[in-house]
Amino acid sequence: MRFGIRILSIVLALAAPLQLSAAEPAVEFRLDNGMQIVVIEDRRSPAVTHIVFYRVGAADEPPGKSGIAHFVEHLMFRGTDEYGAGELQEIVRSIGGTQGAFTSQDKTAYYQRVASEHLEAMMELEAVRMDGLLVTDEDIETERGVVLEERNERTDSSPDALFSEQRRAALFLNHPYGIPIIGWRHEIETLSRDDIFDFYRRNYAPNNAVLVVAGDVDPAEVLRLAELHYGPLEASPTEFRRERRQEPPHLATRRLSMSDPRVAQPYLTRAYLAPERDAGDQTTAAALTILAEVLGGGGINSVLSQELELGTEAAIYTSASYRGVSLDDTSFSLFALPKEGVTLEELEQELDRVIAEFLESGVDEAHLERIKAQLRASWIYAQDDANGLGMHYGQAITAGLTVQDVESWQAVLEGVTAQDIVEAAAQLFDPSRSVTGWMMPEESSS
Amino acid sequence: MKGIAASIALLLASAACALAAVDIQEIESPGGIKAWLVEDHSIPFVALELRFRGGTSIEPADKQGGTYLMTGLFEEGAGELDAAEFQKRQELLAATFGFRAYKEVVSVSAKFLTENRDESVELLRLALHEPRFDEEPFERVRSQVLAIIADMATDPDEIAGDAFNGIFFGSHPYGRRIEGTAETVSALTRQDMAALKDEALRKDRVVVGAAGDISPEELGLLLDRLLGGLPVGGGDLPDAPEIGVGAGVTVVDFDTPQSVAQFGHEGILQDDPDFLAAYVLNEIMGGSGMASRLFTSVREERGLTYGAYSYLASLRNQGLVLGYFASSNETMAEAVEVAKDEWERIAAEGVTAEELEAAKKYLTGAYPLRFDGNSSIARIMAGMQFDHFPIDYVQYRNDKVMALTLNEVNRVARRIYRPDKLHFVVVGQPSGLGGEAQ
Repeated sequence: MRFGIRILSIVLALAAPLQLSAAEPAVEFRLDNGMQIVVIEDRRSPAVTHIVFYRVGAADEPPGKSGIAHFVEHLMFRGTDEYGAGELQEIVRSIGGTQGAFTSQDKTAYYQRVASEHLEAMMELEAVRMDGLLVTDEDIETERGVVLEERNERTDSSPDALFSEQRRAALFLNHPYGIPIIGWRHEIETLSRDDIFDFYRRNYAPNNAVLVVAGDVDPAEVLRLAELHYGPLEASPTEFRRERRQEPPHLATRRLSMSDPRVAQPYLTRAYLAPERDAGDQTTAAALTILAEVLGGGGINSVLSQELELGTEAAIYTSASYRGVSLDDTSFSLFALPKEGVTLEELEQELDRVIAEFLESGVDEAHLERIKAQLRASWIYAQDDANGLGMHYGQAITAGLTVQDVESWQAVLEGVTAQDIVEAAAQLFDPSRSVTGWMMPEESSS
Repeated sequence: MKGIAASIALLLASAACALAAVDIQEIESPGGIKAWLVEDHSIPFVALELRFRGGTSIEPADKQGGTYLMTGLFEEGAGELDAAEFQKRQELLAATFGFRAYKEVVSVSAKFLTENRDESVELLRLALHEPRFDEEPFERVRSQVLAIIADMATDPDEIAGDAFNGIFFGSHPYGRRIEGTAETVSALTRQDMAALKDEALRKDRVVVGAAGDISPEELGLLLDRLLGGLPVGGGDLPDAPEIGVGAGVTVVDFDTPQSVAQFGHEGILQDDPDFLAAYVLNEIMGGSGMASRLFTSVREERGLTYGAYSYLASLRNQGLVLGYFASSNETMAEAVEVAKDEWERIAAEGVTAEELEAAKKYLTGAYPLRFDGNSSIARIMAGMQFDHFPIDYVQYRNDKVMALTLNEVNRVARRIYRPDKLHFVVVGQPSGLGGEAQ
């Protein structure tokens, strides 16, 4: 049953595993220019991860400029006013470091992982990059080619990724979460130099950034170095308000079907618009996190596995996923792979029956206890990975949560009752706030 | 570089590199099972990594995919516990078990909380010794494997890997797909699972790495309990394959906007005295990060791909030098030419002193950073034993890298990069790329 990893990757590319929480209390600072700093100390290995998160992601792009957050992230490796293209890579590489960057709907982040004595040098490099981006027109065109190839590789070559993109666009009627992070091809093709620098100048500033340092470091020393290198950067006068277009009432059940000769297995998906974790108010999100485990967590004791894989044998694989770390409303998704000979229509009826029965019968207390035992253990196992903890803090903070929210998460999960879960499920499973997807190998009406 | 401040200049001048801060002990259990251990009591769990030699390369041709399916059934019932009861027990203990089949290894990765370690070990012992392979989970997991096989048949990367393996290895076990084929998997029985389990898990073919909250004495007792009753001996590991293919391009037609290319030729074995030089060369040619020759020429200078890389594959009896990239159908032909040119250039001219210096700095600086956390350390230690590295290798590995000379490395470049043997398998509909169609 652990084969699910590959099957899952077909559809739920955006799904996250269980959220984790840190044992070590993180130490928090703020520089005078507004830059927020979080330090997680773990002295077991001589390594440190240095990450600068910006509170800007794909969902903060101007209309018609999709992909620009990610395009800027790529260009940030092309050079600055103080070091040229390739020098950044050479410097990090020369000390055995690894580096990279990523863009999501709510954030853009740049990281290096190096031996801890090199932390200061990483701060110097990243501070330069915060206001010194310098690229030629030729750089922009070459990088556009790279980004289009990335889109080719990750999305256009994969019917599963294309279908996922279409389903998200249908789930979010107005919110920019419906637009793919990498951007629509026709918009990536027309992003201009002015677009790029407008976006960069507007969003890259210390008062829109969160520095996370995790590993073999002393928090006071991190603050001293950050004051030295990030301190001189001027705060932007911009008032950073992340007020995105919000969803109107959802009144109509949406259904999408797609077929592609490259699809070998038909499958069924269902996504519901769901509330996210909010600062100081994480109870509903905690209930939904556990609901995803109850319905479709790993193993055959989940409700969907019991009912659909073992009970009626309509499916050979099922799963549920929910990602609570998000600035705005997020999604809760179900997935089922039908047994040979079972139509998607039959499978969908079965899925609806299981949801309806679950709302009646509720959560088995022993099952809830087992899930909580695993959540507690995942908290212990998470302490083994300082790099992962650093990433987690940065993602949570750029999604509107606080350090306190991250640290109280475990207790909030612990306090979730069976009743909370059923109430959250009853709110969640509203057909008019859902998108059902049928993926099929070839044209078919069933 | 006007503004690059003092600490960076200092860092560029410094050649020193930190030694890995790990203290590896070799232990032997009362029953004679050896293991490497890094003790660290700061987090209350232990990570355990077991690697059994053999893997899918020792399964009979008509049982292809059986070992892979079998590893999917370890958590589906054992001893008195059916699948549901087994998993309930595991969920409550919150132990994590990962079972994986590879060409030459079956691996078991486990994490046990200190608070319930004995019960967790007992559950894993049951899985390894008394798996039930009951009818219901057998059929359910088999249908999942068949779904995976069907899915792979329309995945360009998988098609490329399959075609490449077929061209290079023919009917040798190395050429077979780990997951098997729809035909072989459909024909497997529950009895096959039991027989394959006994072949795959042999006490005298296992290496063990452990890290975390456990003492040497406790680990010894744990290993005797966990592995003590497994059989010893077993069938021969396969001989070296014969590789007959030469330079060329094989195009596999597939309707997709972007082609993928898998390419390479024979390389050298891991125990070859030139292997470390080859490893450093690969870092320069197409290794990690964004500075390699392939990445620079195919992506950074021309924008033809999102990623391009090369690597050394080390099977017990066969080394390979391999590379990969994807590019639009319109630009794949150009990307292939660029890669061929890079192969010609490194074979003819070798690498420069500056490139070698940069690769050495990267590899020696990165090495100690690998040992970060119990799970990573347990995996690294099992891998080192699997590849027959001495226990103190960690202490002098960087010195060996630093001692490589430009002459030596460039002699090895001529030896391992063979433009006259470089074969490309391209899956897609690339325009202007002549080649044998398949």
